[in-house]
Amino acid sequence: MSALAVETRGLTRRFGKVTAVDRLDLRVRRGELYGFLGPNGAGKSTTLRMLCGILEPSEGEGRVLGIDLRHEPERVKSSIGYMSQRFSLYDDLTVGENLAFYARVYEVPRATRGERIAQMMRLADLGGRERQLAGQLSGGYRQRLALSCALVHRPQLIFLDEPTAGVDPVSRRTFWALIRRLADEGTTIVVTTHYMDEAELCDTLGFIYQGRLIAQGPPARIKSETFGHQVCELEADEPARAAEVLGDWDAVEEVVRVGGRVRVILAPGAPAPEAVADALRARGIGVRWIRGVEPSVEDLFVSFVDRERKARVREQLRAIGNAGGGGGGGAAAGAPPLLQ
Amino acid sequence: MLNRLGGIIAKEFIQLRRDGLALTLALFVPVAMLFIFGWAINTDVKHVPTVVFEQSGSVEATTLLEAFSNSQYFDIRYRARSPRELTRMIDDGIAKVGIVIPPDYARALARGEAEVQVVVDASDPQVATSAMNAATALAAQRALQLLTRTSDGAVLRRAQPPLDVRVRAWYNPDLVSAIFIVPGLIGALLMQTTISQMAISVVREREKGTLEALIVSPIRRWELLLGKIIPNLLVAYGQMTMALLVAHYVFDVPIRGSLVLLYVLSLLFMWGTLGVGILVSAASRTVPQAMQLAFLTFLPSIYLSGLLFPIEGMPKGAQLLAATIPLTYYLRVVRGIVLKGVGLESLWPSLWPLAIFGAVVFTLSVLRFRKQLD
Repeated sequence: MSALAVETRGLTRRFGKVTAVDRLDLRVRRGELYGFLGPNGAGKSTTLRMLCGILEPSEGEGRVLGIDLRHEPERVKSSIGYMSQRFSLYDDLTVGENLAFYARVYEVPRATRGERIAQMMRLADLGGRERQLAGQLSGGYRQRLALSCALVHRPQLIFLDEPTAGVDPVSRRTFWALIRRLADEGTTIVVTTHYMDEAELCDTLGFIYQGRLIAQGPPARIKSETFGHQVCELEADEPARAAEVLGDWDAVEEVVRVGGRVRVILAPGAPAPEAVADALRARGIGVRWIRGVEPSVEDLFVSFVDRERKARVREQLRAIGNAGGGGGGGAAAGAPPLLQ
Repeated sequence: MLNRLGGIIAKEFIQLRRDGLALTLALFVPVAMLFIFGWAINTDVKHVPTVVFEQSGSVEATTLLEAFSNSQYFDIRYRARSPRELTRMIDDGIAKVGIVIPPDYARALARGEAEVQVVVDASDPQVATSAMNAATALAAQRALQLLTRTSDGAVLRRAQPPLDVRVRAWYNPDLVSAIFIVPGLIGALLMQTTISQMAISVVREREKGTLEALIVSPIRRWELLLGKIIPNLLVAYGQMTMALLVAHYVFDVPIRGSLVLLYVLSLLFMWGTLGVGILVSAASRTVPQAMQLAFLTFLPSIYLSGLLFPIEGMPKGAQLLAATIPLTYYLRVVRGIVLKGVGLESLWPSLWPLAIFGAVVFTLSVLRFRKQLD
């Protein structure tokens, strides 16, 4: 058995003249939590659909859990789990009936079905809600029910397509704790997200933009090696003018205004942050403070994008919701395994 | 495989049961429709307000008028004192039929030459036809010379024993509309269920995003399709049974032919209409769209198939159009089996068009269905 859960070579999909996915080489190790990032229309969904065996690649090849995508798409389908951002629940079925339906569809043997459903209810913390209609559940519960429906046949690999879109921050944290634990227990998880704080919780990140994989690796390594930019934040008396001045400066890769602050991504080899402040002061702009900060995943992502597109991509990422909420938090210490 | 198919069917039934309103509607709409069409929409016009200009003052004339009253087609409400008054009452719409009995009626009757004039307001052709037929039949019984004319003044006919009355009376001696319409309603019902309900059940899954999950799942397309078709067919057959029961026990519609044959041949009809339902689902983004589109397919079927109006009376173009509508043929099948009690040998001419329609439309729809899942 291959150590890779997903492996593609030159995976390409064209729709007419448009190349939605362009020569993708994706490598997902077994048991890792892989974050698949990119703005809308970057090719995430098309890639996911090919990996799920429902869309035939135009070129290239791919294996999912060792199964060839081109030759045995039906086997791929029954081996993986999939959860879409729309949750795909039947609102007029109860929690138990939803699980039972997916269990039958994924051919969980009749003998183990009851036990499996009970297990999923525990996993999703849905105890006592078996007879409640799925349509009456709140966002967080719906999300966890959708996840347990995707897990009901105990796939070794699950694809989560923006599983936290439109869910409140607390539920998002709970959800991420849950999938982090699943990954730690050996389930491979490929998750797409727009939330940069969520991306930081992944073992590996893959950035896709305009159909191409522009970077792949652990968040820390991407930050230190691939990125190689310094980032600093400052508070100035006239933030608008400060941003304008900095934007014209060669040593500055990008300037972003965040609230009252100015965030500066420096070009490689640029002077230290203090030098930036001095330069601004020399132009008559008061700088209250300046400090170097950790690059965010958003910074990373945007850094891969052409200079002229940076602002637009940031805007896009924001619009979709880089809305606060902080990190995902880890699994509770000493919690029993989810799947046994 | 059977597991997955069974899973979908079970799910469809849970959804059906849970949507109490839909289930109630599915079973009681047929009954409501039967009552509306069987009672309210009555193409036999009875109790037509009638004015009489009686000039003979004879016992024979009174007997004749009683016969008119007893037929229930005519309600003799007014007596006119002059031809002009009679004409005015018809012009004003107070009366729809005028009966003129000449002064020498009794003597003429004795000679076998009695002539009675019946004036009919033909602005409503249904009333006119019914009244004229009834009057003609009455006159024929009494060997009367009957002169009917419409309010336009044209002299229409002298009564001979009218052949057409006898012909229509074969399968429906009392000319009750319900008997003619009720079997047709079964066709309309099956069509409604197999087109609208089928389309809605697919579109709803797409709208809710559950279709996406099914596509990613190991379910094969044919399993999904069959999983939707089987419950739909069962509902349609349930409605048909309900309609037949009410038709038979409430409206005294005779069931002369084989019910088994009727149920089997209905499948041939629904083969095509299910295909239409699937095509409608492929063309609609939302449930309301699907409902409107389905409704669009009903209109020509209801009006052109001969459900309400006889095809024979339509212009040539409409008749050609009617020949392309499956309901046209299915109605012949239902009426043939239910009212006439005929078997396969007489139904062939209506069966092969249904088979062709079914084969073409269903194949097209399955191809479209496969495509929308990609």
